Amino acid sequence: MITELLVPFSYDYMVKAMWVSALVGGVCAFLSAYLMLKGWSLMGDALAHSIVPGVAAAYLMQWPYAAGAFIAGFLASAGMAFVRQHTQLREDATIGLVFTTFFAAGLLLVSLYPTSVNVQTIVLGNILGISDEDALQVVIISLVSAAVLLLKWKDLMVVFFDEAHARTVGLQPRVLKIVFFTLLSACTVAALQTVGSCLVIAMVVTPGATAYLLCDRFERLLMLSVAIGVATSFVGAYLSYFLDGATGGVIVTLQTLLFLATFYLAPKHGVLASRRRISGAVEVKP
Amino acid sequence: MDVARDSRQNREGERTSPASPRATSLSVRDVTVTYPNGTTAVQDASFELRAGTICALVGVNGSGKSTLFKAIMGFVTPRQGAVRICGLPMQEALRANFVAYVPQSEEVDWNFPVLVEDVVMMGRYGHMGFLRLPSKMDHAKVEEALERVGMGAFRKRQIGELSGGQKKRVFLARALAQEGRIILLDEPFTGVDVKTETEIIGLMKELRDQGHVMLVSTHNLGSVPDFCDQVVLINRTILAAGPTARVFTQANLERAFGGVLRHFQLAGTALHEDDDTRSVTVLTDDERPLVFYGQKRPDQGPLRRSEDGEPS
Repeated sequence: MITELLVPFSYDYMVKAMWVSALVGGVCAFLSAYLMLKGWSLMGDALAHSIVPGVAAAYLMQWPYAAGAFIAGFLASAGMAFVRQHTQLREDATIGLVFTTFFAAGLLLVSLYPTSVNVQTIVLGNILGISDEDALQVVIISLVSAAVLLLKWKDLMVVFFDEAHARTVGLQPRVLKIVFFTLLSACTVAALQTVGSCLVIAMVVTPGATAYLLCDRFERLLMLSVAIGVATSFVGAYLSYFLDGATGGVIVTLQTLLFLATFYLAPKHGVLASRRRISGAVEVKP
Repeated sequence: MDVARDSRQNREGERTSPASPRATSLSVRDVTVTYPNGTTAVQDASFELRAGTICALVGVNGSGKSTLFKAIMGFVTPRQGAVRICGLPMQEALRANFVAYVPQSEEVDWNFPVLVEDVVMMGRYGHMGFLRLPSKMDHAKVEEALERVGMGAFRKRQIGELSGGQKKRVFLARALAQEGRIILLDEPFTGVDVKTETEIIGLMKELRDQGHVMLVSTHNLGSVPDFCDQVVLINRTILAAGPTARVFTQANLERAFGGVLRHFQLAGTALHEDDDTRSVTVLTDDERPLVFYGQKRPDQGPLRRSEDGEPS
């Protein structure tokens, strides 16, 4: 029985998948704590879809795929900023407009020039079959992002909480926001390999949202969020061996289950807790 | 020996230049702000505030009050003119922690997962190093600021759980902890009970006596003469700026607000049944009203709270 449970650890590709997933999951979860507080969650989704043409083009020209993805992500962000600045369109319309354009371009590119990478890999991810070079790219991206976040998480918190105040303590919100979105693009690129572009959004939203229901303090929210991201990604990759299912699907399902449990059971912000408070308030009244 | 003297001079130089009581002042010179969409929100604004001043910034919504605040904090770059703080260009002044900002309540995300003490600690960030690790002194300053605004007991509360007045005090405490010389307060009395308002005004007067400069945007016209030494009236440009008694007149206010103020004039028989021809004019921008006691007939020039207006 025990030996059966340990089987995944005897395969190199499984061990690699578990560790890489955990690392990516952790960094994405770190970012999710910021993203969901600002109402920018869909930016993650938009970025993940926008980098598809970059990945396709990179494979086509035999560049490192991260470089292509990154350029595409940057162009998409710049495009959104440009459209927003020069029109009165709402943010969601701008995001929707730009990312579908990029995603369509990506699909078109892949279908016109079939390469070693197929659409399914980009859209659904394929961590179990990740090559060593790609794994190395993912690890480097994640480690650099984690290092920047660990050094600057407080500055980013102030910028996200109160931009005006951030200025008065000598921070530069614009620079820090650019840093943040650069990290976000980089991490969606990394997460592309684990869960695919469709589910990246879950990686950069769900852990933060779950932790938000449990914490009243940003520091704890960050720690809990990262813990959730690491644990679900590691366990998800592990379970996918037995379930024989797509790793991305398993990871995101785990995160969702955890969120649902929290949603109902959280001691202060959960559904049951607020029901208790409401009925308590009614009983006290007469 | 020369070397020794030089180094001593240097040390003294160091001690006197950044830490010296560089005269606190806020100077706005010919500032024009035009947004990328082409609208000019503020034109040729100029005024100057010196140490130990509370100045009210009064004007209708959309008159450029927030734009002026943004220009002072460097959020928007003036197309013309410049803001200087304690003699320094804005960016340097911000880096030196000379400016503190107390935001409008609507601007704050009250669901953000931060505790009261976390918010006040943010005031100290400019004094901390690269990693923003708070020192003993930072903790002490936070403690002191919280006690000063009477929020010590609430330090472990999440900010959304506080009442309107308490929320304001937390952000005041942050400004105190930051030790900015120029404090910008955006609508500090909105959604605040009278008791808190009185306390905030008391605190501001203390800060004035310590030499701070405060610029307060407010709709609370009635309180302005009680605590502001200076008034800046704005409507796209500065209509009038100077000591309250000279600037805060009925004629100027009507100019600043056009027809948007509520305006009640009570005179003659509406007030009393004698021959007193004086009138009372009540101006209000939806908060505490401003009352002018006219000395003669209603349509004549205003006189604010005249002391010598005994009934004849």
